[in-house]
Amino acid sequence: MTLEVQIEKRLADFTLDVAFLATEAPLSILGASGAGKSMLLRCIAGLERPGRGRITLNDRILFDSAQHLGIPARERRIGMLFQHYALFPHRTVSQNIAFGLHHLPRDEQSARTAAMVSRTHLAGLEQRYPRELSGGEQQRTALARALAIQPEALLLDEPLSALDTHLRGQVEAQLQETFATYRRPALLVTHNMEEAYRLGEQLLVLAFGRVVAFGPKEEIFHRPPSSEVARLTGCKNISRAQLNPDGTLQALDWSCRLRLAQMPATPLNFIGIRAHHIDFPEDSGEATDQPNIFPCWIVRTSETPFRITLFLSLDPTRAAAGESHLQAEVFKEKWERFRGRPQPWRVRLAPESLFAMAD
Amino acid sequence: MDWSPLLISLATSLAATAVTLVAGLAAAAWRQNRAGAGAALIDGIFILPLVLPPTVVGFLLLLLFGRNGPLGQLLLQFGATVVFSWPATVIAATVVSFPLMYITARAALEQVDPYLLQAARTLGASEARIFREVALPLAWPGVLAGTILSFARALGEFGATLMLAGNIPGKTATIPIAIYFAVEANEIQRALAWCAVDVGISMALLGGLYYWSHAQRLRRESWGQR
Repeated sequence: MTLEVQIEKRLADFTLDVAFLATEAPLSILGASGAGKSMLLRCIAGLERPGRGRITLNDRILFDSAQHLGIPARERRIGMLFQHYALFPHRTVSQNIAFGLHHLPRDEQSARTAAMVSRTHLAGLEQRYPRELSGGEQQRTALARALAIQPEALLLDEPLSALDTHLRGQVEAQLQETFATYRRPALLVTHNMEEAYRLGEQLLVLAFGRVVAFGPKEEIFHRPPSSEVARLTGCKNISRAQLNPDGTLQALDWSCRLRLAQMPATPLNFIGIRAHHIDFPEDSGEATDQPNIFPCWIVRTSETPFRITLFLSLDPTRAAAGESHLQAEVFKEKWERFRGRPQPWRVRLAPESLFAMAD
Repeated sequence: MDWSPLLISLATSLAATAVTLVAGLAAAAWRQNRAGAGAALIDGIFILPLVLPPTVVGFLLLLLFGRNGPLGQLLLQFGATVVFSWPATVIAATVVSFPLMYITARAALEQVDPYLLQAARTLGASEARIFREVALPLAWPGVLAGTILSFARALGEFGATLMLAGNIPGKTATIPIAIYFAVEANEIQRALAWCAVDVGISMALLGGLYYWSHAQRLRRESWGQR
């Protein structure tokens, strides 16, 4: 089961130019709004025509510009989920689910619909109209409708972004359950990196129509290949960097000299660390011999229910001017123990948490 | 009193509305997903009868369907003449009511969420089935409003009908034509009576439209919560 995509399409501000291969492992496509994510899915589904390229699903050629071939959407057998569900408002839940089963005998239609209803936990809602459902129930109906045609691939275009937080978890659980058994190419487009991480096994990061990272999600989150990917995967701290002759590293934006766990093989121009990896050593007596410990000043803080973001500066004059250049995230409990202490505090940018990037 | 103008008017309007409904829907469906200068030009041609004076429309139709007109010649080969016959009233009423149907149907179809049509496509439905089972049911309120407007316009048609169909009592004399010639012949009572009939029909139509749109709103809401 493979979906092979290699397409080019000129968009208003840039050209979508993407090539990748998706297998049974769910693939998350992450990118900022307007990066071309939705357009990519729409090209695969046959709702838009790429300018050039080739799309193959298993052994079927869905699109090939060289052969002037473009299978219409209705013959592609690709299930698609939309951000706003796109349920038919004049049809009930079961009528929506059965829409794609038109060619089957009546009893098989109802058998398959019933199976989908139970698989997506919609029992009892069969006779309701979409507007009588919660957003979560609507998206589950849309999922049931897409799966009912036994599609050879599943495309999900921001399926959770229109949902309230508490419903989102519910639909996400449903998607996880579906992906676990679906085992055919499934592509999920999202701008939410946590969602991308939780639902996908593979990750593709898209920026201005180009693939800037593609591979197992753990690798990309752990060692982003570029500062752009680091930013798109939620890294808050990226600094320009320069190697010193003694093997240490000058972080130009953070004004500090860092030691790395190992010398990077590639040229090094940027250095990054995730906000939750920034550490504040508890005791000033011990650990002074550890590398990368610096005095720091808190410029401002921002609270979320369980965590607190600290905006730091390693340079007292910049701190005094209200300038911060590092973001740290700590749990409130830890913050409570710290908050009274006199400044400067000590911050640690552990070598094993730092990652170097070429561009 | 001779009731033939009423019957002629109703028969003409019904026939014209039926033709206009099918043709208007077909034209609106065709126009969807089309852009460009060609489509815009055709748009203009479709809407022209609405803005042209009915006498101009009637005169152009007369040139088209007359003995020496291209369509007139064609029909003559089948031994048919249209001018000054009942079908001429239908042709005139159809042409002038078509733009209303076309405009409302197009607007109603454009209102349908394009994502619904795309979802239907990914589910394997043909374009014809999508039109029948998704676009049309959702656009239906607008289409029906257009039908009623077209019927009303056909019922009130005067200028083009007079040019193409003339005033042949019992054959082409519709209510508006009967009124005109009654006034011309100074038969004020008769003119008033036909006016009253026209007002009655129009009020009934508007009442029906109002009642129906109310019922529609209830039905739409029932998609929401029963």
